[in-house]
Amino acid sequence: MPTDVNAMDRDGKLRPGSSVLRKLRLPAASASGLKSSHFRRPWVAAGLIAPQLLILLFFFFIPSWKALSLSFVQVDPFGGRQIFVGLENFTSLLSSPEYRASAWFTLWFTVVQNVALISISLLLAFATDYIVRCRTVYKSIILLPYAIAPVISGVLWAFLFNPAVGPIAQWIHAAGLPWDPNRRPMDAQILLIVASVWKYICYNYIFLVASLLAVPRSLLEAATLDGAGPVRRFFTISMPLIAPTLLFLVVMNFVHGLFETFGIIDAVTRGGPGGSTNSLVYKVYQDGFVMLDLGSSAAQSVILMGIAILFTILQFRGIGRKVNYQV
Amino acid sequence: MVENNPRLRLFCHVVLILGAAMVCVPLYFAFVAGSLTLQEVQQTPFPMLPKGNFIENATTAWNQGDFGRLFLNSVIVTLGIVIGKLSISLIAAYAVTYFRFPFRMTAFWLIFISLMLPVEVRIIPTYEAVADAAGPLRQLVEVTGLGTLIEWITGGYRIETALQWNMVNTYPGLILPLIASATATFLFRQFFLTIPDELCEAAQLDGAGPLKFFWDVVLPLSRANIAALSIILFLYGWNQYLWPLLFTTDKEMQTAVLGLKALVPHADTEPAWNVAMSAAFFVMLPPAVVIIVMQRWFTRGLVDAGK
Repeated sequence: MPTDVNAMDRDGKLRPGSSVLRKLRLPAASASGLKSSHFRRPWVAAGLIAPQLLILLFFFFIPSWKALSLSFVQVDPFGGRQIFVGLENFTSLLSSPEYRASAWFTLWFTVVQNVALISISLLLAFATDYIVRCRTVYKSIILLPYAIAPVISGVLWAFLFNPAVGPIAQWIHAAGLPWDPNRRPMDAQILLIVASVWKYICYNYIFLVASLLAVPRSLLEAATLDGAGPVRRFFTISMPLIAPTLLFLVVMNFVHGLFETFGIIDAVTRGGPGGSTNSLVYKVYQDGFVMLDLGSSAAQSVILMGIAILFTILQFRGIGRKVNYQV
Repeated sequence: MVENNPRLRLFCHVVLILGAAMVCVPLYFAFVAGSLTLQEVQQTPFPMLPKGNFIENATTAWNQGDFGRLFLNSVIVTLGIVIGKLSISLIAAYAVTYFRFPFRMTAFWLIFISLMLPVEVRIIPTYEAVADAAGPLRQLVEVTGLGTLIEWITGGYRIETALQWNMVNTYPGLILPLIASATATFLFRQFFLTIPDELCEAAQLDGAGPLKFFWDVVLPLSRANIAALSIILFLYGWNQYLWPLLFTTDKEMQTAVLGLKALVPHADTEPAWNVAMSAAFFVMLPPAVVIIVMQRWFTRGLVDAGK
């Protein structure tokens, strides 16, 4: 509850910039978000907002509610009978070695992917920021994978590393190293990470280039006069200033890694070999649509929803916080 | 730049060239593979230069996968997503920023919550919801006793049986669930809040109603945001995979990306990677052209959307 009276205006609305808002870390506008000059025609407003709310009701709220209620029952796939089992779906899920393996793989995959994405795209963004000539050409090329569907990225890399015909696999074999993502779990996981990093570097790169461009030139020039070299300037001035962007990207990379790699996995490994690349989202699909174990799949969906909500909160709290020096 | 450091500049160019090469190598090899015959694509070592069969492979792929039909589906679904999502979120954002009405904040939070759950985490319940879109209505009819009432009045007409709406293998079924998220609404709301209040005051003094103000002032002002968002949504719609995969059992209703996936050789089929790779090129072509031609709009829009 707001404690200081000054934070409220006459109508009891929160005043923009008040300490309460800063504590909530929401943009000032969302406390009320109403233009001071507005219309008072409730029926027109209802008509305008109805399509969005109806679509959300049918394709968002009802499905989410169903997932939640299905996660507490066991359904037999043919008869459609439902028996309430309480938390049993969750406990059996958390104690099943397959689910744990899947969770570990997902964690491992997202962390490695995140580290690779951030470091590679930071390097590329730094280089783009430093040079002048050919900047647009480099940018256009590096942005290209943004247009390519994750599943197509998966198909491309699956071909390159295909142990029978893929050119890169042939080079690896020529170097005398073993390579077979269809049999060796580690190879399959590496292949997935490569395909996914290739697909998502551009996303990180766009944001980092834009935020580096926003670093005030005056600060950099002052530091140069004080004798700081380009690398030192990058780490002591630019990095703290772009920290909010970095944080945002770390969260987004986790989100991409968790939820949007379905296409890549389906194209490259289909969860194999032996379930070693069965990520959490892929497992929901496998258990729900292939094995028809609806209760367990719903429980998995609920766990994923929890994770997604956590990331959204992190994103909103983290981005609002200014992880930089006041300029 | 502030100072001149040729060695660092050279290093930066090398880094960027490596980065660009990393992007291009898979595309180049895919192109080479797409230009080979079935025998050539299986030989070791893999040829470094393209041969002349690209058009032939692409034609084979196009006919084999019935891509004429699939492209039409992709175009319809993508345009549906772009136009549907843009129009729904424009008017919803306009309603929550420019109108005072009861439960305004409730409506806003209901929309806002949907930002939290991507469609991937609720695939199965969404599938059920769409396969039986009238289900909730039917339950409503049953619970309220309306069904019994109608049955009694009309003498045996059961409204429950009429309330069936299965959207599997339909365009609405492919489009609507992907529209059900508030990202665009939130973005437009943020933008509307930056429009000067004087504009609305002036419009009201001149006697313009809310719809006229929206059409003549707000919409033209939002043109840049609409353009940027259309590009992002176009890429999003064209590149959808999981949802069309679940939702199309009929080959006639599949999208181009699914058609490409179907051409990819499995362990026990003929390794026709040349055909698959040439198909990959024409499936990637529309989004790639969009991103190259409209790069400026798109990067700005993406960075705004992320904030």
